[in-house]
Amino acid sequence: MWSGSLAAILRRLAAAARDLAPIILVIALFQGLVIRQPFPDLAGVVVGLACVVLGLALFIQGLELGLFPLGEAIARSFVKKGSAAALLAFAFCLGFGTTVAEPALVAVGEKAAEVASEAGFIADSENARSAYAFQLRLVVALSVGAAIVLGVLRILKGWPLHHLIIGGYLLVTLMTLFAPAEIIGVAYDSGGVTTSTITVPLVTALGVGLASSIKGRNPMLDGFGLIAFASLSPMIFVLAYGIVL
Amino acid sequence: MEFLKALLDTGFGTLFDVLPIVVVLFLFQAAVLRRSVPNPGRIALGFVLVLLGLALFLVGLEEALFPIGETMAVQLAAGAIEDAAGGAVRWDHYLTVYAFAAAVGFATTVAEPALIAVSLKAEEVSGGAIGARGLRVAVATGVAAGVALGCVRIVTGTPLPWYIMAAYAVVIAQTFRASRTIIPLAYDSGGVTTSTVTVPVLAALGLGLAASVPGRSPLIDGFGLIAFASVFPIISVLGYAMAISAIARLRGPKKDRTKE
Repeated sequence: MWSGSLAAILRRLAAAARDLAPIILVIALFQGLVIRQPFPDLAGVVVGLACVVLGLALFIQGLELGLFPLGEAIARSFVKKGSAAALLAFAFCLGFGTTVAEPALVAVGEKAAEVASEAGFIADSENARSAYAFQLRLVVALSVGAAIVLGVLRILKGWPLHHLIIGGYLLVTLMTLFAPAEIIGVAYDSGGVTTSTITVPLVTALGVGLASSIKGRNPMLDGFGLIAFASLSPMIFVLAYGIVL
Repeated sequence: MEFLKALLDTGFGTLFDVLPIVVVLFLFQAAVLRRSVPNPGRIALGFVLVLLGLALFLVGLEEALFPIGETMAVQLAAGAIEDAAGGAVRWDHYLTVYAFAAAVGFATTVAEPALIAVSLKAEEVSGGAIGARGLRVAVATGVAAGVALGCVRIVTGTPLPWYIMAAYAVVIAQTFRASRTIIPLAYDSGGVTTSTVTVPVLAALGLGLAASVPGRSPLIDGFGLIAFASVFPIISVLGYAMAISAIARLRGPKKDRTKE
């Protein structure tokens, strides 16, 4: 197991270095041509890049060894057990649990609280801001939980994805008309920040695993789409929060 | 020494982020499924590698890329102001900024771990018909276009919903023309583009640009780049699939691999 992993990691290292090449190129190009100033700390940059390459290689290797097989194994055992209720409860917990502690979301919540207090939306105090940020995080986490539930239900029932997503787009459009202008930017951005690097592989493997172990489902048609729900529903929930508040 | 401390801090931070996932998995495994997972040792090793990899990745980014990215975003935006000195804000005074935004959007998306994960899965599930690399380049192209347009929006101060609604209209129109098999994957690729690498750099770029363009407020106009980066990849992936099947049709019906 170890030696096999080691050889694979070496191969991954080469791939990771190739993945990072565009970033290095862009920075070198703009630094040299446009900004024309020497690098502030070249040694630190080189060490940092080496860490990024190594980290990316280890991450991908771990994905193939751990997260993908686990997501699919769990999907298979839920299908064998045959309890839709247990599966949906799991889907909600996975969506809610992974989002509520998501660092990117914490950061956006704090920013949003600043915007809201600047706009006179909430009181200009530390307490009001942190309460607002916390509520927003809860709202987004609830919305992701609901999204994964809906997404799993779609896989079970075989509903076509684009009907639901286009419906969601129309809902976002409609709600934008009624939502206060200050919340719109935050709401639109909240869709992108909910799906973290560890949640995405796990949720993708769950969807593909479900679609390939349920009869009559196609993994390509039905397995993907959970992430799409998880990035659309926070927009709807945050807009609703803005309208209600 | 300081570096090791940063690595340790980030490692614990990552562990803390993963904790809710592990708790949920264990809870359902033990209480509901009561079935043992095959190869528990391998899976545990995989988790360790994922955590270690992510921690190294984040520390390296913090050390190497984020400071440069942020400095460059601010310097470029400020430089454009000097060029435009005195006159009114014109969107075409910021061409370098748009070029930088597009280049950064493309490069950070290609290295995004979540996107790598989804594209590997897509290649596996499609039996190789969808190449992992091609998909990532298509997504990155969408992010590049979206982020550049997002910067134009910040400079001109036009309302965000107009752009996003127009993009939705394009997605809906494409959905009715594109091959059925690509649609779920294309929708998913909107959400995976913006994770570890892209969000911090884009946030810095948006806030820096909004702070340096006269008449824009970072708090109001600085948001929205992430929204652009989440919608435009859907358009580019659908467009990529439509282009491939159009080319295949021209070459002869037998080579059409994106249709079922």
